[in-house]
Amino acid sequence: MCTLAHVFEAAGLATVTISAIRQVAERMRPPRVLHGEFPLGRPLGKPNDPEFQHDVLRRALSLLECDSGPVLEDYPVEVVGEEEPLGCTVPPRFDPELAPAVDEARGLRKAYDRAVARRGISDVGKAIDADGVPAALDVLQNIVNGTPWKEAGIPGGHTTALANDIRAYYEEAALELAGAPNAGGRQAEAWFFERTEAGKLILDVRKALASQGAPQPVWFYMAPMHRN
Amino acid sequence: MAEQELGDAVIRRQIGGMPVPEFSETAWTAPPPLSEARVAVVTSAALHPRDGEGFTVNDASYRALDHDQRQLVLGHWSPNFDRSAFGIDYNVVYPLARLDELVEQGVIGSVASKHYSFAGNQPDDVATIRHDSAPACAAELKADGVDVVFLTPV
Repeated sequence: MCTLAHVFEAAGLATVTISAIRQVAERMRPPRVLHGEFPLGRPLGKPNDPEFQHDVLRRALSLLECDSGPVLEDYPVEVVGEEEPLGCTVPPRFDPELAPAVDEARGLRKAYDRAVARRGISDVGKAIDADGVPAALDVLQNIVNGTPWKEAGIPGGHTTALANDIRAYYEEAALELAGAPNAGGRQAEAWFFERTEAGKLILDVRKALASQGAPQPVWFYMAPMHRN
Repeated sequence: MAEQELGDAVIRRQIGGMPVPEFSETAWTAPPPLSEARVAVVTSAALHPRDGEGFTVNDASYRALDHDQRQLVLGHWSPNFDRSAFGIDYNVVYPLARLDELVEQGVIGSVASKHYSFAGNQPDDVATIRHDSAPACAAELKADGVDVVFLTPV
């Protein structure tokens, strides 16, 4: 973001940048910055709160009245992310022949489909589509059970993309089930990694990949860096 | 990591300590009065239409997004931020409805016909963006008559 601001400004465009990580903005010194101490991924602070979003915009655009810069101001209200798991049940065990995560993913399909129907779009699709989620979880379970990762047939061939798709499938279903228009910053993430079989499996796969000697980029980005 | 430390705090501390590109000086462009300014949004959320070209890992290119296109995929590759909020309300990342309201209120002059998305996950030196794709994007913004760019990070 800060690099874009420097380049755009030099090209003759006036820029206002919302900053998410203050230390980065302090060191990169783009022309006009409003730092928002908001949950990461929410640069306007709060979803479904037009009044709050308008206030962030108003304060950011007011920096255009400054005569010189760089200028870095802080938005006066901090929004602390709620990071306890979303209050969403997981499907009961249905088919004991299946791996728990596979069974669970199948059980979430109707909720996922309702979410897509309501929103009209889904973030699932980097490596697999929704139909591919159960089979992908089966492959990850095989890696945890000892199948060498290069022989496991990782769908799409990219672990980060695959983890991204599985998590999006689950989070979109969970928000639909929980009916949570104001879910906190990491509540969906916490639900996925702490409450679901799929989330726990992804954390186990990271460990299995590392212990099998897979390069760090293969496993590291499958989950947020604070979830070891 | 401390037991009680929030995920956002851990990630802010770790990313905040990483190397950043250095700029020896800060350029400065004086905008026209806000009530006359044409405003565009540029985000690093890697937004793209479902049927459009997605972003690859370390993709330094950008996508132009029509102002009326609101069904967009959050294509960013990083697992480190909240991805749910954009699905709840796109304005929390990409505030086009808010900008439209500011036009109606006469606060800003107009909203651009196109907005742009880059991918926030980039190689540390961001050389391609700095020397190639960002200047190309700036030229497109200027061709649309944009005066002010509002940048939102993800």
